[in-house]
Amino acid sequence: MNNYVEGATGPWEVVIGLEVHAQVISQSKLFSGAATAFGAEANSQVSLVDAGLPGMLPVINEMAVEQAVRSGLGLNAKINNYSVFDRKNYFYADLPQGYQISQYLQPIVGEGIVSVDLADGSSRDIGVERLHLEQDAGKSIHDRHPTKTYVDLNRSGVALMEIVSKPDMRSAEEAGAYVRKVRAILRYLGTCDGNMEEGSMRADVNVSVRRPGDDLGTRAEIKNVNSIRFMQQAIAYETTRQIDILEEGGSIDQETRLFDAQTGTTRPMRSKEEAHDYRYFPDPDLLPLEFSHEFVDRIRATLPELPDTKKQRYMDELGLSAHDAGVLVSERDTAAFYEQVATGRDAKVAANWVQGEFFAQLSKLERDIADSPVSAGQLGGLIDLIADNTISGKIAKDVLEIMFESGQDAAAIVEEKGLKQVSDSGAIEGEIDTIIAANPDKVAEFQSGKEKMIGWFVGQVMQATKGKANPQLVNQLLRDKLKP
Amino acid sequence: MSVDKATVARIAHLARIGVNEDELEPLAAELSGILNWIEQLNEVDTDAVPPMASVHDEALRWRADVINDGGKQADIVANAPDGRDGFFAVPKVIE
Amino acid sequence: MPEHTALTELGIAEARDLLAKGDLSSRELTQSHVDAMAEAGALNAMVTETPEIALAMAEASDNRRGKGGAGALEGIPLAIKDLFCTTDVLTTAGSHILDGFTPPYESTVTANLWQAGAVMLGKTNMDEFAMGSSNETSYHGPVQNPWRRQGDNRALVPGGSSGGSATAVAGRFAMGATATDTGGSIRQPAAFTGTVGCKPTYGRCSRWGVVAFASSLDQAGPITRDVRDNAIMLGAMAGYDAKDSTSANQAVPDFEAALTGDVRGLKIGVPKEYVLDGMPGEIEILWQQGIGWLREAGAEIIDISLPHTKYALPAYYIVAPAEASSNLARYDGVRFGLREDGGDLTEMYKNTRAAGFGAEVRRRVLIGTYVLSAGYYDAYYLKAQKVRRLIAQDFRDVYQTVDAILTPSAPSAAFAQGDKSDDPIAMYLNDVFTVPANLAGLPGISVPAGLSDEGLPLGLQVLAPAFDEETMFRVAGVLEAAAAFNAAPEQWWRTAP
Ligand SMILES: [Mg+2]
Ligand SMILES: [Zn+2]
Repeated sequence: MNNYVEGATGPWEVVIGLEVHAQVISQSKLFSGAATAFGAEANSQVSLVDAGLPGMLPVINEMAVEQAVRSGLGLNAKINNYSVFDRKNYFYADLPQGYQISQYLQPIVGEGIVSVDLADGSSRDIGVERLHLEQDAGKSIHDRHPTKTYVDLNRSGVALMEIVSKPDMRSAEEAGAYVRKVRAILRYLGTCDGNMEEGSMRADVNVSVRRPGDDLGTRAEIKNVNSIRFMQQAIAYETTRQIDILEEGGSIDQETRLFDAQTGTTRPMRSKEEAHDYRYFPDPDLLPLEFSHEFVDRIRATLPELPDTKKQRYMDELGLSAHDAGVLVSERDTAAFYEQVATGRDAKVAANWVQGEFFAQLSKLERDIADSPVSAGQLGGLIDLIADNTISGKIAKDVLEIMFESGQDAAAIVEEKGLKQVSDSGAIEGEIDTIIAANPDKVAEFQSGKEKMIGWFVGQVMQATKGKANPQLVNQLLRDKLKP
Repeated sequence: MSVDKATVARIAHLARIGVNEDELEPLAAELSGILNWIEQLNEVDTDAVPPMASVHDEALRWRADVINDGGKQADIVANAPDGRDGFFAVPKVIE
Repeated sequence: MPEHTALTELGIAEARDLLAKGDLSSRELTQSHVDAMAEAGALNAMVTETPEIALAMAEASDNRRGKGGAGALEGIPLAIKDLFCTTDVLTTAGSHILDGFTPPYESTVTANLWQAGAVMLGKTNMDEFAMGSSNETSYHGPVQNPWRRQGDNRALVPGGSSGGSATAVAGRFAMGATATDTGGSIRQPAAFTGTVGCKPTYGRCSRWGVVAFASSLDQAGPITRDVRDNAIMLGAMAGYDAKDSTSANQAVPDFEAALTGDVRGLKIGVPKEYVLDGMPGEIEILWQQGIGWLREAGAEIIDISLPHTKYALPAYYIVAPAEASSNLARYDGVRFGLREDGGDLTEMYKNTRAAGFGAEVRRRVLIGTYVLSAGYYDAYYLKAQKVRRLIAQDFRDVYQTVDAILTPSAPSAAFAQGDKSDDPIAMYLNDVFTVPANLAGLPGISVPAGLSDEGLPLGLQVLAPAFDEETMFRVAGVLEAAAAFNAAPEQWWRTAP
C-alpha cells in the first residue's frame, strides 16, 4: 500500500521526519536546582545558572540521565554508556547563555524502533535515529507591550529529550500515530507527561516531497508544533505547497517555517531567516557523561509493561482482538483503568464496556480518563449487576449515563430508580397473556413460520414492563406460549 | 588561510558584534596574520591522535534531583538594563 | 606596635604571627593597606577600592580572634582580581560590557578566603576578560608596573592579565591577591613585578563565580610576596566544589608544610625546547643560575624533551578563543551590564557588543567564532585539541622520570606600555613558557630570581605533575632561598600624605 499524493503531473510521495521535544519529568532542571513546575510567576524558577550570569556553571541532574536511559530502553534503542554535551551557539532573547547545552555527535541514546498501528489495521515500524538530552530555552512573550518582547526564563534549563525519528513516515496519519505512540511510551515510562498544551511535548516537523523512487527532496522544517492536529494540518499544507511549487517548475528552499493555527498554513520564520552555523563544540564546563551497564540494567529491571507487550498479552491471555487490545493499551491510564475493570470479571465484557459506552460518555463530556467522573470500580460494579441478572445490558447503558451525571454507584441508581429487572415469571406471564390475547393476527403470523415476529413480541413485553423484564426469560416464556 | 572582508563580516554577524565597513579590511588582515601563524600546527601529524577537550580525568558527577534553587526573581532581574514586572524586556521580536 | 609604613612591608606569614600574638590588630594592618592603596592611584591597579568593607571585615576579624577563632588568613587584607564575582561589589572583568554589574553572589574562591578570615581591600584591574599579557586591554585603562628601568621613567606594563593583582602586591598595598591564569596570566605578571604567582592544577580551585574566559584552561591562584605566603593563600583558596563539575574531588594538602627547604634527590627536568631563538641572554643566564642553585641544593638535573612545546601557543590561540567566543555570548545586553539600543534585537546585540568589547576581546571572539564555524572546525579546533593531547602526553612522559621542571617564566622582563600593542603575535609570545602548563592542566609557579640588566625583576618557573603542588612549592622555596631576591621597587607613586 502506498500513500502517494496525486498531483497535476503525477504521483508524489511525502516524506516526514519528526524531532519530538519531550520534557523530562524531574523536580529540578537539567543543570540547576531550580524547579520545573508549570505556570509559576515570571523568573521565579530561575537559578543564577539558568539566567546565564557570569561565572555560573552547570552540574547535571541524575534524574535526567536516568529518565533518558529509561526512555531509550522504552524506544527499543541502543543506550550509549559514553556521551558528550556540546554547546549549540546562537543568539536569541530567551537563550541566556548564548548557547544551548545539547548533545550533538555523541548522544546518550542511539537508534531505536517505534511500532505504530494505523487505522486500516496495519502496523509500521518507524525508526528512531537518536535521543539526546538538552536544555530548554526561556519563553518570549510578544503581546505584553507594543514595542517590547518580554522574556521569562522559568523554562530555561528544563531538561528535554529530543527524540529524532528517521524520515520514515509517509503520511500525516503515520506522523500522528508515531507521536501518539511515542507519547504513550513516555507516559508508560513516567519520563514525560506528554502534555502538549503546556508545552511539555512539541515537535519539529520535517516535510519534503519526491517522485516515488527518487532521492529525498529538500525539506522544510516546521518548528515547535504543539498539537497532533496542528502537526497533521501543517503536513497537509506543506505537502500541497511543495507539490505546487515543484509542479510549477520551482524549487523548495531548505528553511524553517512556522505553523499558524489560525489559518492552518505555514510561513517562513522571520527570526530564523539566515543560514545557521551553530558552531557545536564539547562544553568545557562539563565532562563526558559516563555510566555502567549495571546502571542501565538497574533501570531496565524497573521498566513497566509497555504498550506493545501489553497488547500482545491482552490478545494471548485475555482473548481480545488486536483492535480492542490496541485501543485499550494506547494510553497508560486507559490500560490501567481497563485492567482494574477486568480484574475478576469477564475480560471481553470489560473491554466492550470500557471502549464502548464508557468512552462514548467520556468523549461527550470531553474528559480524559484521568478525570473521569466514573471510576474503574464503579464501572466494574455496573458490569457485575449485568452479570448477576440484576439489570439488563440495555438498562445498564441508561444507568451508566446517570452515573456520569451524578457520580453515584450503579447499585444505588438501580435501587433508587427501581430498575431491577423482573425475573418473576408469574408477573411476566401475565403481561404475555394480555399481549397474546390482544394480537391474534401477530400470533398467527408467528405460528405460520415468521420466526422474526418473536422480536416484536419481546419489544411489546419490554415496553409493558418498562424494560425491566429479564429479556432471556421473556424470550423463553414467549416461545412456550406461542407454540401452536 | 587568509580571510577576506566578506568572511569577517559573516563571522562578525555570527558573533553579533557590529563592525563598521571601514574596519573590515584591517580586521581581515589582522585575523589572517593570526590564522597564518596558527597554521604551523599543520606540521604536526595528528592522524592517530584523539582530540582532548579536557585535562580533567574524573567522571562527570551527578547532582541529586532536588529543588534547592530559584525563588529569587529580584536577584535574577536585579542587573537587567530593562527589567519590567519581573521580566527582561528586549526590542520586540517578530517570529 | 610596628610603625605605620612598616606594616605594608610585612608578609602574610609574619603578619599572621604578629596577629596571633596580639601584637597587631587586623584593623591596624588593614588601615595601613587601605592608606597605601589610596596613595597608589597612579598605578591604576584597582578598579574598585572597598575601604569601608575592608575596615568592617577587619573589625569583624579582630572580634572573632578575640573570641578565640582564627582562620588561616585571619585578618589578612587581600586584593581580588575583578574577574571574581563579589556580592554587591562591582565586578567588571575589566570590560565596559559589565558596566554596573554587581553580582548577587560570591565566587567560591573568595567565599573560601572570607571563610578563612581574610579581608577584602577591593577589586584589581586586569586585561579585559583576562585576555592580554600587558594589562593594556582593560576598559579601565592600563596598569603601571611599580618597577621602572634604571634611569628611565617610562611606564612599564606589569604583565597580564592579573597585572593589577601583581601590582597591588609588588606595590605593597595588598598582602596577597587573587589572580587567574588561562595562559600565563598569574605567572607572567608575577615575573614582571618581582612577586610569586602560582597557577595550581586545573580543578584545584573552583571556577564557580569566576567570570569565564576559556573554561578548560582557566584556573585561579594567588599572587604574593613570597613562596610561603603563596602556599598559605592557595591552601585557603583551593578545595572541592560540587558547584563546579570540573572541580577536583581531592583533599587539599598543607602546602605550607611542603616547604621543607630540602630538594635533595629530587629530579629536576630542564626542557631543551624552552631555549628560544633570540631569547635575551639575561634570561638564559638566569635559567642557568637556577639550575645551579637546585643542583647545589642536592637536586639531580636532567635534560628532558617536550617535543611539542613549539605548538602550544598556536594550539592555545585556537582553543582559548573558541571557548571564549562561546563563553562571552552571554554578554548581550539583556540580563546585566551594558546595553546599547538598536532598532531590533539583532541590532541591539551588535551595538552592545561592539561598544562593550575592546579590540583584543573582539579579535579573539572573531577568531574563536571562525575556528568553530562550519567548514573550519576540523582544520582548526579539532586539530588544536589533538595537538593539546600531544602536549599533555609530553608532560606525562617526562614526569615518568622527573619530579619537577625548571624553566624561565617569561621570555623577557617587563616592557614599556605601547611596545607590543600593535602586534598581537608578538604580544602572544609572552606566554610561550606558561601556556603549555595550561593546556596540560599542570601546576606552575613563578618565583622572582634576579634582575635584568636594566634592573627589572625576572622570574623562574617551576612546573610539577598534576596535584603535586607540594613538590612545586618545595622546589620554589629552595629557589627563592638561593636567589635571595630582596629588591623592591622605589615607591615613586606614593603621594605625600
Ligand atoms: Mg532540532
Ligand atoms: Zn532540540
